[in-house]
Amino acid sequence: MTDAPILEVRDLAVTFRGEGGAVTVVNDVSFSVRRGETLALVGESGSGKSVTSLAVLRLLPPAPRCTIAGSVRFIGHDGRSRELLQLDPEAMRAVRGDEISMIFQEPMTSLNPVHRIGDQIAEAVTYHRGLGRKQALARAEELLELVGIPEPRRRLAAYPHHLSGGMRQRVMIAMALACDPSLLIADEPTTALDVTVQAGIIDLLKSLQAKTGMAIIFVTHNLGVVAEIADSVMVMYAGRIVERGDSVGLLQRPRMPYTQGLLRSVPRIDRLDFGGGVLPAIPGSVPDPGRLPPGCSFHPRCGHARPGACDAAVPALEEADGRVVRCLRWREIEAAGA
Amino acid sequence: MMTKPPSILELQELSKSFPVGGSLFGRNRLQVRAVDRVSFTVRQGEVLGLVGESGSGKSTLGRTLLRLMRPTGGRVLFEGVDITDLGRRQLKPIRPRLQFVFQDPAASLNPRMTVGRIVAMPLRVQKPAPPAVERAARVAAALETVGLSASHAERFPHEFSGGQRQRIGIARALVTEPRLLVADEPVSALDVSVQAQIINLLMEVKRRLDLTIVFISHDLAVVGQICDRVAVMYLGRIVEIAPARALFETPRHPYTEALLSAAPIPDPTLRRPRILLKGELPSPLSPPSGCAFRTRCRYALPACAEAVPPLQAVGEGHFSACIRPELALASPLAPA
Repeated sequence: MTDAPILEVRDLAVTFRGEGGAVTVVNDVSFSVRRGETLALVGESGSGKSVTSLAVLRLLPPAPRCTIAGSVRFIGHDGRSRELLQLDPEAMRAVRGDEISMIFQEPMTSLNPVHRIGDQIAEAVTYHRGLGRKQALARAEELLELVGIPEPRRRLAAYPHHLSGGMRQRVMIAMALACDPSLLIADEPTTALDVTVQAGIIDLLKSLQAKTGMAIIFVTHNLGVVAEIADSVMVMYAGRIVERGDSVGLLQRPRMPYTQGLLRSVPRIDRLDFGGGVLPAIPGSVPDPGRLPPGCSFHPRCGHARPGACDAAVPALEEADGRVVRCLRWREIEAAGA
Repeated sequence: MMTKPPSILELQELSKSFPVGGSLFGRNRLQVRAVDRVSFTVRQGEVLGLVGESGSGKSTLGRTLLRLMRPTGGRVLFEGVDITDLGRRQLKPIRPRLQFVFQDPAASLNPRMTVGRIVAMPLRVQKPAPPAVERAARVAAALETVGLSASHAERFPHEFSGGQRQRIGIARALVTEPRLLVADEPVSALDVSVQAQIINLLMEVKRRLDLTIVFISHDLAVVGQICDRVAVMYLGRIVEIAPARALFETPRHPYTEALLSAAPIPDPTLRRPRILLKGELPSPLSPPSGCAFRTRCRYALPACAEAVPPLQAVGEGHFSACIRPELALASPLAPA
């Protein structure tokens, strides 16, 4: 499982330009994903987690409205390393949906309501692999079976509205897997689903990964889901990485006060006290990307913030025992808590 | 009997069906029973959680018990008064005491109105409406109750963050001094880091104003944290209802067990058995005979198909609609 990286992102920055001037919504983001690894990208609205994943696939508006800086290297099926940010549009289209594919939160908005499920899945195979209609439909049936849809042959003729939300998300996954991608980017794929359905989709993704060895970037705001699926976690806040590490270490001993606050503020079903007590909430709200506070973006909401230090400059990412954290005071905080 | 607070809300076999399909004037239209003979009592000052998956009928139940919809069967008693068949005009004097908090504050606040006007709206529609000076004072008080300030009344919704907008939604619900609040997924559209603030706010105003809350949510952990009692719905019916601790410690309905086992916990080292439900939620147009859950239940017996199991007492205030009360079902709680 611990192969060489298949995706290496270095110093990624994404800037949008609009009437109000330029706003950098992703800044100083570097990470890599290995074959067979699941990296969870965690954050709230405005954290830059979705923009980061869209930048990898270059699915953002073109310049000058949006500019992407940095480097995104992808090592494909053939072992060749390519700089995705430099590929021409046609070469990029060949990568998308083939070697890297993506699934989204709401399958209904990504599926075409007037086309049959079978044809929609077959389209990707036809486009990338040049299969004929018959072979493409046979492949579509195989894929529907793979993602656990009962009576796959009959379902080929179904329209999206015939299916439940969970089944639609399975169809999306089938489409994404049509060309055996080596990287799947899943942006909040279970957020719109019920917990029992979510559990099924997570199990499905894990078993497909075990079969194919694909890497997964799983974008989510739910730390419970992270624990179920991720090998490593990257927490983003206000466009920057604030903490990164293996999921066990990060969730059991978070270092960044933001991660700690998130974990504390969400009640855990296995540790309910039934007292109706006050939840340890994080004060304030997520900052507007155009108006970030000076220094550490989290300092106005942080109980550990020290005036004159935390509000002075953006803290650098600091590495310690395989983990990375962006906080001036994490050592002190950890020592005090231990 | 004196120790228990009086009941504020009583549902008796409450049902809500919607006609579907068929021709517009046809007589043979199918009926979807979104809420099917639901009975329970809510005590003054209680927080009752209503959980279940999408399609379970929990939102329809919340809207029907507030009489935002007309029930198609059964009765709703609010403060001892039967409000089941009251018309618009008859409901008007009762409305201020019944309020609703919506899921998405962005969608439920009119972007063209100032916050003051939005919060004052429930007062303006009263007959007779309180005079402008009194309205302004009550709006200011409601805004302060939810942690905003009176000066925010002049601003517009877009000038606020998601969490603050939900505070405005709560202020609007509180301005008429309600006795009963139905909150339908009040935090699920909010950023995780502000959800706890809004939950704390709801609980604080509940204590301060001695409110009664029906809290509709899909988040079982939040429900367990704040509710006194929890009702679990499946295909329009209540399958289990119990004090929160009893429901989580000793679930007695297999659907509750499955739901609790699926709630993710942020600890990757935790390995617990997860019950994956077979198949899909059956169509509410043709629910299975007998127990509606039996088609997905791993404990189902042939007898489960015979009759709809009634809610039966299985403990102190604990009722479950399962014919197999002997089952030992798993709790999500870590052993103490």
